[in-house]
Amino acid sequence: MACSAALPSLAFAQGQRALKVVSPWEVSNLDPSKTGHVFTRLEIAETLVEVDDQGLLKPGLASGWTTSADQLEWRFKLRPTARFHDNTPVTTEAVAACLRRALAQPGVLRNTGAQQITAQGSEVVIRLARPFSPLPAFLAHNSTLILAPAAFAADGTVRQLIGSGPYQVVDVKPPQSMRTRRFEGYDGRRPQIESVDYLGASRGETRGMMASAGQADLVFTHDPVNFARLRADRKLKLQLQPLPRTIYIKLNAGHRFLSDVRVRRALSLALDRQGMASTLLRAPEAAATQLFPPGMAEWHVRGLTPLAQNIGQARALLRDAGWQPGGDGLLHNAAGEVFKLTLRTFSDRPELPPMATAIQAQFRTVGVDMAVSVGNSSEIPSGHQNGSLELALVARNYGLVPDPLGTLLQDFGPKGGDWGAMGWHSAQVSQTLAEMGQAVDPKRRSALRGSIATVLQAELPVIPVAWYQHSVTASTRLTNVSVDPLERSYRISRMGWAA
Amino acid sequence: MLGRRLSRLLLQAVFVLLAVGTLCFAMAELLPGDAAYRIAAGRYGYDVVNTEIAEAVRAELGLDRPALVRWAEWLGQVAQGNLGQSMVLGDPVLHLVAYQLGQTVWLSLVAWLMALALGLSLGLWTALRPQGWARRAVDSLNTVLRASPSFLLGVVLTTLLAVELGWFPVAGHEDADHVFLPALTLALALCPGFTQVVRDAALRLLASDAFEFAQVKGLPLRAALWRHALPQILLATLAYAGVQLVLLIEGMVVVETLFAWPGIGHALVHAVIARDVPMIQGTALTMALLFVLLNGAIDLLLHALDPRLADAQAAPASPPTPNTP
Repeated sequence: MACSAALPSLAFAQGQRALKVVSPWEVSNLDPSKTGHVFTRLEIAETLVEVDDQGLLKPGLASGWTTSADQLEWRFKLRPTARFHDNTPVTTEAVAACLRRALAQPGVLRNTGAQQITAQGSEVVIRLARPFSPLPAFLAHNSTLILAPAAFAADGTVRQLIGSGPYQVVDVKPPQSMRTRRFEGYDGRRPQIESVDYLGASRGETRGMMASAGQADLVFTHDPVNFARLRADRKLKLQLQPLPRTIYIKLNAGHRFLSDVRVRRALSLALDRQGMASTLLRAPEAAATQLFPPGMAEWHVRGLTPLAQNIGQARALLRDAGWQPGGDGLLHNAAGEVFKLTLRTFSDRPELPPMATAIQAQFRTVGVDMAVSVGNSSEIPSGHQNGSLELALVARNYGLVPDPLGTLLQDFGPKGGDWGAMGWHSAQVSQTLAEMGQAVDPKRRSALRGSIATVLQAELPVIPVAWYQHSVTASTRLTNVSVDPLERSYRISRMGWAA
Repeated sequence: MLGRRLSRLLLQAVFVLLAVGTLCFAMAELLPGDAAYRIAAGRYGYDVVNTEIAEAVRAELGLDRPALVRWAEWLGQVAQGNLGQSMVLGDPVLHLVAYQLGQTVWLSLVAWLMALALGLSLGLWTALRPQGWARRAVDSLNTVLRASPSFLLGVVLTTLLAVELGWFPVAGHEDADHVFLPALTLALALCPGFTQVVRDAALRLLASDAFEFAQVKGLPLRAALWRHALPQILLATLAYAGVQLVLLIEGMVVVETLFAWPGIGHALVHAVIARDVPMIQGTALTMALLFVLLNGAIDLLLHALDPRLADAQAAPASPPTPNTP
């Protein structure tokens, strides 16, 4: 894998110390479709559209955009002073070529219905097959980041990372580390931090120890068991930031045990969300009361009756649905079947297997015998496709694109989704989602959002369990540290060293 | 003689290559779950993966073809010296493994030297005081080390030497001192074996007529040890080092991941998780070949250093073999 031209290491020795950043994400590849999230977080490359602190869209490499009356043609004007790290100007041709490349690869851009991407004068023009109002949000996704033409080899692979962000790459040592320095040709605010050393360390223990030893200034994603120790460390500041990511039980509503909404409600009432959030996630505020966390201000509905534990009500609902407790403490139906199901989950997210076993114990108290199968994440979408899946515990990210509509369309559309509903269909939700793809009036969109959240809460095609908390430690030597709730950027360009 | 040894080594290497490559392939095939989804998750993140993307990956990599066809294809590639391309990263496996191998060899070398130094000092020290508290202390320490998994050792060492005392960096691979903690973790796992071999060899030598004669002729203990005992002890240790390779390679998989060290062990773990068959084969093959080559090298070295072995082969009756437990 190619690395960009190395600077004399003396430059680092003479200047201020480099900011050391550690996260679980490795730099195994330079391709934006694979490692783009690292490059946007380190502010090496930019996307056409950016997101402000409130989660609303704002200009990025594009200074503005317009759409045609039929909403099929979108025109993006570029920031005229933007330059790539090789000092060439950011042209519409370069941007269109990058986006066409992203469209040809698997990624979110394919979900927009984009058909043609061209450079026309000072504008990049995207033609859609059907109106799709959240398009700009999709152009904020890291797989659509823009690299200079010189970044690509003749065969289209990325050989050098030449972006247009406030930091440029000094060298990449795959799969774990990279080094960046301030790009002096950047047309925006000049960052105070001069250089950054990035390390991808996959083990939580390693990251925790690096933070405690003072060997990393900024460490992302800690194991919840370490929170108390990290909080007690006076050299560090631990921040917990709710992310638009929800841990929920995906269930097969087509299954004969689960098709009755009373059963789904009973399972939801059996869950001790508060207990799991406090003991397993070490963050009581992480207990989910509805699908969308409060951080998703536009989607979280304050008036909804919160999901809570009520064992008595759960038992009553199960009784109404035809399930009677047997001598073995388990529920039996009229056909003599035992209420027995398997929940699949995976260990990519370390909190999932312990939560699965906690859920197993909680379901047992209402007489449901649930086995836990910890495999790999692929067994959930493939189990959805072949119909073998009964229950699954998953974490769903609604912040992949700043507008979660794309994710919801995949999850709660007419046919359900690999990570979303299964064997469940709501004409109201499908219709509302489809309408949202075209509605531009903010009031109308807000009403539509509320109706989706309400139906999902009442019918529980998925059972929300917890809202994900992102954990970050920053050295007290750093100033102006803030955590991006969408995890789009580490915001290093805003930070500084304490005097 | 040497030619025969080399050709035998080559034959062994070819056999190992075929066996390991085929086993890896078979195991990856038998793992539960759909490989296309897993590879897609490794490439694009599991959040993004859906059936459409998994099917695109399946078509691109030809995963729907019969396993036998894919295995035969792999065999053909290997015959041409090509280990294929990583399914997740898209880069040639040979290219990736070459970089990782350098990192792994460097880490193993440092670990081995540390283990050797530790084993020699502890082994000789306790051989000279076979009844004292030193021996009991070293035996207890070695029992603890033998019973401790590398992961635990690594965490304890890091907490003590990096977090509490701040003497060494926790993880990374940028600077020279980054190698210390992972190497020490590996060395401590190897240390009990080395100590035992050194002590046994030393005790036998100290009781031997030759050593007694060396002292009778007036050599002070230190010089007698240095000139007469050490070469023999080193020979015995070298023969044992081959056996220790298994421990080293086992430990490498865990230690590299814990210390964010970009070596073969780390790559193997990631390849298994992502079901990246060519990478699993490439890394496992490299480890296996490394094992065969180093064992072969040790064998050749022993024959070069110890003329008794050559004599023994010339006259097959009652060969004096090195002390391997």
